[in-house]
Amino acid sequence: MTLKGRKIFGGKARGKALVSLEAISFFGGVNPDTGVIEEEGHPLQGKNVSGRVLVFPHGKGSTVGSYTLYRMMKTGTAPVAILNRECETIVAVGAIIAEIPCVDRIDIDEIPDDAELLVNADEGEIEIVERVTSIPE
Amino acid sequence: MELTREEEALLDGREGRAAKKAMEILVALGEIYGARRLVRVKSVQIAGVSYDNLGDAGLGFLQEMAADGRARVHATLNPAGMDLVDWRELGISEEFADKQKQVVDTFARMGVVTSCTCTPYFVGNEPGPGDTIAWSESSAVCYANSVLGARTNREGGPSALAAALTGKTASYGFHLDENRQPVVSVEVCTPLDDVTDYGALGKVVGEKLGSRVPYIQGLEQATTDQLKSLCASIATYGGTAMFHAAGVSPEKVKEPRERVIVGSGEIEQAKREMIDPEEVDFVAIGCPHCSLEELRTIAGLLQGKRVSKETWIAVARQVKEAAEGEGIASEIRESGARIAADTCFVVAPIRGRFRCMATNSAKAVFYGRAKNRFRTVFASLEKLIEIATRP
Repeated sequence: MTLKGRKIFGGKARGKALVSLEAISFFGGVNPDTGVIEEEGHPLQGKNVSGRVLVFPHGKGSTVGSYTLYRMMKTGTAPVAILNRECETIVAVGAIIAEIPCVDRIDIDEIPDDAELLVNADEGEIEIVERVTSIPE
Repeated sequence: MELTREEEALLDGREGRAAKKAMEILVALGEIYGARRLVRVKSVQIAGVSYDNLGDAGLGFLQEMAADGRARVHATLNPAGMDLVDWRELGISEEFADKQKQVVDTFARMGVVTSCTCTPYFVGNEPGPGDTIAWSESSAVCYANSVLGARTNREGGPSALAAALTGKTASYGFHLDENRQPVVSVEVCTPLDDVTDYGALGKVVGEKLGSRVPYIQGLEQATTDQLKSLCASIATYGGTAMFHAAGVSPEKVKEPRERVIVGSGEIEQAKREMIDPEEVDFVAIGCPHCSLEELRTIAGLLQGKRVSKETWIAVARQVKEAAEGEGIASEIRESGARIAADTCFVVAPIRGRFRCMATNSAKAVFYGRAKNRFRTVFASLEKLIEIATRP
């Protein structure tokens, strides 16, 4: 199954989806040294975004969050791609300066957690390769 | 979005990596918010200067941009995390000072004027009616749109830098006539006197209307300093980038039909909400940065007195220098109060140093509580000097 959205920042990536139906604040909400979401009461609290295709509706909070994404890229804790329902300034600028493939206008309800995704941000295309959650050895 | 050949060249990286990155930011924001084109800007105000907010991540990004990025338009800077000269007197650590200097030097390398003030309109970055600009710093954005009649969205640090490095911004939001129309009339039916009245009004209107553009009546007599206080407060508590004040704002607009009334009860209630029952150990004046006129008043109030509590008066360096010329800066210092240039108590690394901050700024109350976990006392300038000099 392929979903089609709008390119925010180009590039290609493959990884497992980490889906949040709530907005994410990168400044203060995500620990840039570990990639772990630390916002109290967030549905993804305690989950690590590193190396995942991070799927969420849109960003929230301080505009300094753009720099947090940049720092995560430098430390190696960033997601491999970002998919949004509706991207806004914080995430868009963060994806661009950190050079993380980013696509929005995606129906994020269609993406199951842990699904293997192939992201072609240049074309704004997301292919759901594998829905199986367990990885064969 | 349609780009000119010159803009395409920047986007393709033909004029360097920083300009390419900057253009990518502008184009992405333009696409997200439905802009048809980019427009030339007359000036830029860049926030995100304090190392306390930027951290090493922000510093690293700025250094990367400074490798080949150069400002193409008059660009000024928001306050830093310290006085760039007298930082030791403000109790700033060597380590912080070193990082903060690197941040400011990096902006200087890009050709940005290191004005380090939230009142660029006091130091030569003063756009006029109809001018297209790209500013960050919510109080200055609101002042530029509402009082000066210039046109800007509320930019973040990186998007303002992108505008500086390209001389362009995407044309959407407050650049377009249709989004600048007021939607609610606000009738102020109580006399406003002190800047704290205007700060309280900003809180009332901001909390009532959020980001909707108000048309405010009853501000005809407001001074520059009172308007600056209102702008800071309304942007902090509501998030709007502009208001229209009848008889003050240069744009001709129609009075909206929907109407709300603000009376003395609400103003007093807002003031009470900003006061905690706590002993003050820090007096903070200058949010937004003080004008020369305000420094004259402060010098007069402090004459022959001595402060017993840590007292900061935050200003732009250029305004401080003018005050030195008039002799009022030394008069203020003789009282023991510190003139903090280039910085302010919202962006300096002072969390944990004080318990309760007294200020005449509604914006400083908000960030003092949220960012620095201070208790607060909201009071007029006269009252603040009385608190500061109480034995």
